[in-house]
Amino acid sequence: MSGNVEALYQEIILDHYKYPRGKGLIADAAGESFQVNPTCGDEVTVSVKLDDHGHLHVGYEGQGCSISQASASVMSELLEEASVADVARAERAFLEMMHSKGAAEPDEDVLGDGVAFAGVSKYPARIKCALLPWMALQDARHKAGIEFDKVEKTEG
Amino acid sequence: MAPALDVQRVRKDFPILARTVRGDKPLVYLDSAATSQKPVAVLDAEREFYETSNAAVHRGAHQLAEEATDAYEGARAAIARFVGASPSDIVFTKNATEGLNLAAYAFSNATAKAQHGSRVDPRFILGPQDSVVVTEMEHHANLIPWQELCAKTGAQLRWIGVTDEGYLNLDELDVIDETTKVVSVVHQSNILGTINPVDLLMARAHEFGAVGVVDACQSIPHMPVDVPALGADLVTWSGHKMLGPTGIGLVWGNQEVLEAMPPFLTGGSMIETVYMDHSTFAPPPQRFEAGVPMVAQAVGLGAAVRYLEDVGMDTVAQHEHDITGYALDRLEQLPGVRIIGPASNVSRGSAISFVVDGIHPHDVGQILDDRGVAVRVGHHCAWPTCRRFNVPATTRLSTYIYNDNSDIDAAVEGIVAAQEFFGVA
Repeated sequence: MSGNVEALYQEIILDHYKYPRGKGLIADAAGESFQVNPTCGDEVTVSVKLDDHGHLHVGYEGQGCSISQASASVMSELLEEASVADVARAERAFLEMMHSKGAAEPDEDVLGDGVAFAGVSKYPARIKCALLPWMALQDARHKAGIEFDKVEKTEG
Repeated sequence: MAPALDVQRVRKDFPILARTVRGDKPLVYLDSAATSQKPVAVLDAEREFYETSNAAVHRGAHQLAEEATDAYEGARAAIARFVGASPSDIVFTKNATEGLNLAAYAFSNATAKAQHGSRVDPRFILGPQDSVVVTEMEHHANLIPWQELCAKTGAQLRWIGVTDEGYLNLDELDVIDETTKVVSVVHQSNILGTINPVDLLMARAHEFGAVGVVDACQSIPHMPVDVPALGADLVTWSGHKMLGPTGIGLVWGNQEVLEAMPPFLTGGSMIETVYMDHSTFAPPPQRFEAGVPMVAQAVGLGAAVRYLEDVGMDTVAQHEHDITGYALDRLEQLPGVRIIGPASNVSRGSAISFVVDGIHPHDVGQILDDRGVAVRVGHHCAWPTCRRFNVPATTRLSTYIYNDNSDIDAAVEGIVAAQEFFGVA
């Protein structure tokens, strides 16, 4: 294997693909979104709710390539019980990293295992795979009324 | 027996095959079912047209306009000869998808016109009592236009299913019945590789007075096809899959049917007379070629068919049959690899879809790409066919005249490497 493909398929990604963390939808979700990548048929469903302490709970289901499914696993592990402000930071950082064409130096404190996807941003055809669960998250939280701007305004 | 193909000589005509990819890997191009590469003769023909004769065709009183028209109509004649047809029955479109829409819109346009009192051929009028028949192995281009037609007219969409082996289930031919107004089927499946008995399907369509349409995108580039002999009313295919440029497709029509069809795209070039409140239309094929056409692309495609004629389509077909047999054998020997479509080299072309246990096709394709091997992954614009086989997607390798068994070996080595990398070997 070349260095490039090794950088794409980081150990962390392969590990999340083989051993997905916290897979399954949450029962009483406030918002749920099914997203599909029409070019390859990858599917991810993400469901979310906020608990009484304002912490996010996130569930997911899906089928597809290693990148899309590992990304869902990493995302759910990272965001489970996160504050809305942390979700906002992670979402922005992940999107920014995926659009960086490999130039990003992601912050592990914000993205956790998500930093492993930095190499994916060099492969235009795979960016959509990595973003799929994050797009589902975005849509699911809109449906649940979890908006960042509003939260940030009231906070600050 | 057709003469053997000298692949090494052919490859010299395709400059792109000499490049490397992903660093220093020689390109192994196994994605010709998506689009073929282009020989220098095609590139030269386009360039020469632009350098010497470029003008708008069928208009203008100058010498260049004459030369451009000759080049455009000469290409039509060359393509017609290549498929055993008359030039007046060949329509240029932008691609095969447009060709299939041209067919589907004949029905919706005729139906809408009839509702407002225009005189149209009743064969093209559809209503809720009518049916449209396709198969379960259609490319989206030969499915969605018919879905839309049914949504607009209330007609029922029916389809002939596919067996586990990847062939059409001919026990279901009776979905074509007295309600059927159009039968539109693929000659050779782009995902399964299956070659369908279109003569049988067209005969059944005609038994009930239905219009018969054939999508020949994957057959005409790869084997000798006498288009009028398919027994269809309309046959469509693309130029870019047969060594020609992108942006050019073809519709062959039975002359009587073309004459009965209302136009699809309207505007300049396709008219006979124009008044402020109404117009009359030119006879086919001009009726279906609105606007300034794709002249350089037609000229390029003319050069492509001459190239294929020089090689000989019997030789092309034999070469691809041999390489397909070799590929099927090698894939079958790989543990954990399952072919989606006919596993035997009978009534099938050179597009071979497969799945690898434990590895998503996207990941198989990525590892192959890392080794310079270009294949297609995904649902191949045949999502319902994937569902039929309970797979989300497949990896597909497809060959042409510039491939040989060493390319298949490279793909097989890549699959084994993917199995090792993902720990499923």
